[in-house]
Amino acid sequence: MKNNVNATLSRIKYGRKQRSSRWNCLIVILCLLVMAAFSITLSLGQSFTSPTEVLKVLLGENVPGASFVVGHLRLPRAVISLLVGMSFGMAGVAFQIMLRNPLASPDIIGVSSGTTAAAVFAIIVLNMDGASVAFFSIVMGLLVAISIYALSYRNGAAGTRLILIGIGVSAMIESGIVYLLSQAPAWDRQEALRWLSGSVNSAQLHQALPLLISLLLFGGLLLSRTRDIEALRMGDDTAQSLGVRVGVTRIIVITSSVGLIAVGASITGPIAFVAFLSGPIAMRLIQNNGSLIIPSGLIGACLVMMGDYIGQFLLTSRYPVGVVTGALGAPYLIYLIIRVNRKGGSL
Amino acid sequence: MIRTRFRKGPVTRPIALVILFVILIALCFSSIAIGTRNVSWQEILGALQGQMNTMGEAAVTMRLPRTVLAVVAGSALGLSGALMQSVTRNPLADPGILGVNIGAAFFVVIGLAWFGINQLQSYVWLAILGAGITAIFVYFISSLGLGRPTPLKFALAGAATSAALSSFTVAVVLPRNDIAGGANSWQMGGVGGATFDSIQLVLPFLLIGFLMSAVVAKKLNSLALGDDVAAGLGENVAWTRGIAWLSAVLLCGATTAICGPIGFVGLVIPHLCRLLVGVDNRWLLVFSALGGACLLLIADITGRIISRPSELSVGVVTAFIGAPFFIWIVRRQRVKEL
Repeated sequence: MKNNVNATLSRIKYGRKQRSSRWNCLIVILCLLVMAAFSITLSLGQSFTSPTEVLKVLLGENVPGASFVVGHLRLPRAVISLLVGMSFGMAGVAFQIMLRNPLASPDIIGVSSGTTAAAVFAIIVLNMDGASVAFFSIVMGLLVAISIYALSYRNGAAGTRLILIGIGVSAMIESGIVYLLSQAPAWDRQEALRWLSGSVNSAQLHQALPLLISLLLFGGLLLSRTRDIEALRMGDDTAQSLGVRVGVTRIIVITSSVGLIAVGASITGPIAFVAFLSGPIAMRLIQNNGSLIIPSGLIGACLVMMGDYIGQFLLTSRYPVGVVTGALGAPYLIYLIIRVNRKGGSL
Repeated sequence: MIRTRFRKGPVTRPIALVILFVILIALCFSSIAIGTRNVSWQEILGALQGQMNTMGEAAVTMRLPRTVLAVVAGSALGLSGALMQSVTRNPLADPGILGVNIGAAFFVVIGLAWFGINQLQSYVWLAILGAGITAIFVYFISSLGLGRPTPLKFALAGAATSAALSSFTVAVVLPRNDIAGGANSWQMGGVGGATFDSIQLVLPFLLIGFLMSAVVAKKLNSLALGDDVAAGLGENVAWTRGIAWLSAVLLCGATTAICGPIGFVGLVIPHLCRLLVGVDNRWLLVFSALGGACLLLIADITGRIISRPSELSVGVVTAFIGAPFFIWIVRRQRVKEL
């Protein structure tokens, strides 16, 4: 009898060890991938800059020729892409887990468009810039998220109703963005596209600071709740019976995801489908071997950097990253809808 | 359940119809009279008789085609929404929500950019083709899997498809500076640039659509009882459904070709009309067409008044009227039905 228990225990231990080692291994691979994408963005553009030169520039030396290209053109892009991608990836997967539907990512249910509309309003109508734009769009994004939640609240908030109402709200907000942009004094198409589909073309290094802060603050908040969020994957009732305070966790997830999305979107616009794609890809890779939040953030970073690279150099003309991720996301999206319909609505 | 206020006798429906008709005519008149420039009675009458001597008369002459277009396009969109809701038995079906308008827009943009098609008569075909393919695609995706396609599946498949298509559209337009201006203004959705020539070009398509919907109106009533019952009553279910879809696609495709994507008219109007006249499709379709025309006229007039001296495009106004309505419909449904 005792032998039996011991055998079971050791089997569980073994399984747990194997799962966590698989998770660690995947994280290492993803980190390497992110680093590879980062260094390609830094060293390979219209011209090639050797890694040693890149390193010198990064260490602050003045290398003729390379300093401008790497330091001023490529580095801001790479850094902003990395941070924004991580923010979107983490926020996206948090929403998807909370609502238990991969289609319920912030870009589909209107949170991304809400924060973007707020940023556009702050810039065009209120003439704000920098941190105040980010702050304004966090506040407005939270308002949008809360009102979507409140509107869908009737004898408890049902996930399906929340998604549908989000779609309605986002349709309204998007036409608001179109209106705001058409009122802008200089109707600049690049600028307009940044707000409609997302772009890192105007990235500057000083924008990295608010992103970093939001990633540490809100991302940290999400990570501190990893256990509860993971429990939510099994359904609200199960999570509740496992001792998770579902309401509190929901509020934390909504607040921190909206924060991540809002700060990101106030700088690059809502990069299409990144928040939506990262989670399911992470799910595919990790399966049930551990938390999805960090992997999803890393995948988001990869998506934005690679999308930006493809948009800049591998196509016949230069596209902003949002167009590329939008087009890449489409086939996956269709596959996902079909798969979800077959199996029911879980991630 | 849907409340039917005028259930007692058929007499009240004609009266409601007459009232709606009067409202429509009043709105047409306001649409001619209201705009950036204030015009006098004489000028309106003069312009209606074909004179163009004063600025006011010229302004009224400019407003005539857009009024006609708003009526035609609005009725087509309202009817198309009513048909889609009946065929799919889905309260959220609407050419905008299902992504059908965006699909039509995408095809037109491809035609503009890659095949150098710039005549309206060719892009009507493209728009109808695009609308048809998108409708089939969205319907196909949402009906895969277990059970009937629920409103949620529909709306998600539609939202997702339109997100994807609009990003493709941007990708097509972006490198082409020569067409970007036209494509952008067209995508906002408006009736401002209407001419009688362009209306004439799409009119045949719309007429066919209207006729087909008249043919299936009664058959849709038995379809509402469920496929099995309808088949038992001797209806050819697939045939009815096919004609209704085709007519809906023709209507919204042709409308999109001339106005750009306009959302939510097809969602709001059939619901309001159902509250008014009940679920009998023979009446519902007529009312939806008239109501759609009224809504689009109201949206167009509002867009002109709100941001004088510039204009707000109809698509933006209908989204702002329609989205709260959409939310209201969603809140009314029980969770299981979503």
